Amino acid sequence: MIRVVLPAHLRALARVEGEVHLDVNGNVTQQTLLDELESRFPVLRGTIRDQVTHRRRAYVRFFACECDLSHESPDEPLPQAVTSGAEPFLVVGAMAGG
Amino acid sequence: MSGVRVLVGTRKGAFVIESDGKREDWKIFGPFFGGWEIYHVKGSPADPNRLYASQSSSWFGQIVQRSDDGGKTWEPVGNRFVYDGEPGTHRWYDGTPHPWEFARVWHFEPSHADPDLVYAGVEDAALFRSTDGGNNWEELSGLRRHPSAGGWQPGAGGMCLHTIIVDPRDPNRIFTAISAAGAFRSDDAGVTWRPINRGLRSEGIPEPQAEVGHCVHRLAMHPAHPEVLFMQKHWDVMRTDDAGDSWREVSGNLPTDFGFAIDVHAHEPQTIYVVPIKSDSEHYPLDGRLRVYRSRSGGDEWQALTNGLPQENCYVNVLRDAMAVDSLDSCGIYFGTTGGQVYASPDAGESWKPIARDLPAVLSVEVQTLA
Repeated sequence: MIRVVLPAHLRALARVEGEVHLDVNGNVTQQTLLDELESRFPVLRGTIRDQVTHRRRAYVRFFACECDLSHESPDEPLPQAVTSGAEPFLVVGAMAGG
Repeated sequence: MSGVRVLVGTRKGAFVIESDGKREDWKIFGPFFGGWEIYHVKGSPADPNRLYASQSSSWFGQIVQRSDDGGKTWEPVGNRFVYDGEPGTHRWYDGTPHPWEFARVWHFEPSHADPDLVYAGVEDAALFRSTDGGNNWEELSGLRRHPSAGGWQPGAGGMCLHTIIVDPRDPNRIFTAISAAGAFRSDDAGVTWRPINRGLRSEGIPEPQAEVGHCVHRLAMHPAHPEVLFMQKHWDVMRTDDAGDSWREVSGNLPTDFGFAIDVHAHEPQTIYVVPIKSDSEHYPLDGRLRVYRSRSGGDEWQALTNGLPQENCYVNVLRDAMAVDSLDSCGIYFGTTGGQVYASPDAGESWKPIARDLPAVLSVEVQTLA
């Protein structure tokens, strides 16, 4: 079970409270995690990454295990602490705009 | 009993403001989608309970919300706006080619007859259509594929398609306006397009009377006279009597002819309204006095309407989609400001009252007249 923390606006959009718990089959990467997240919550399509290119939106960041994973390859395996559920995967709206 | 529903889009959410037909007491509902930019909310003429709202943010992109109960509840629908084929490039601010990139929906225009048919004007400028209530969107790419499109440049607010008018007598005829490309018309339901900018003169472009490149801020039409259009250009108020084939200036005695919003009285096709703004670098009213100007002659001769509007120290703006009219017997006029006020006049502009005073900056105002 993978724990995902969404920013408040996306929690409201997806109509969830607290963490989202996902089961991801096979290799767990940013790509497969987001595929599963968008499958569970289709309303999130396009809000975190582009619907066609799957490129991360400019003001969205991915944090886990006190590291910024935003610039890691989408196909890079996520840390074991994330895949085991020990640590959450954080989707963060960047602090921008004052 | 009749009533009025005012749909307000702001920088930080949507609001619905309602009154009965007397338009004396107003109730504000919202914010809906708090914290998101709501560029536009508009109801279907065919089903007043069907509303479409454009919800967007720089962080999380574009969401389309649909209501089927007049704005009490909302459901997100489709938000996949993908340009048809290879998008190509337009001209960037510095003159270099820039890829077409979807940013947001500026304007929804629901069909007069079918609540599920709705057009969306987007940035970077393109026209999309949904025939299933907003679930799926397809680009009407003939507009963006016009030979001039590679030379279109954005205005200060981005390269947006902000105005869509469908001829109520002929749904095949559609007018659009793009900042800063100009006005365009299709006579085949959006398949092919031609610029309709003859007569416009813009000193800020290399060729002032060019076929395209004009910063058209807004078009307005009275449904009984679909061949007559009024335009608030960057500078200049213009009119055409031949569906855009030729335009003439009707700024007349306006104290300044810069502005954004323009609209037409519901029952008097020659009565039009603008809100003059001092200049393109000073986006506030001249002399700090908020004045709506009305012409009862379709332009040229204008009268200031000030009763109830602040006449000192007022430095707000009124954006292009932030004026609308109701169709009650005594036509109501409405507009919103970047200071968060929404003003209403139940008597065609003779007197004004704020029906909301402290909203976030208002981006758009639409009005539904309810039976």
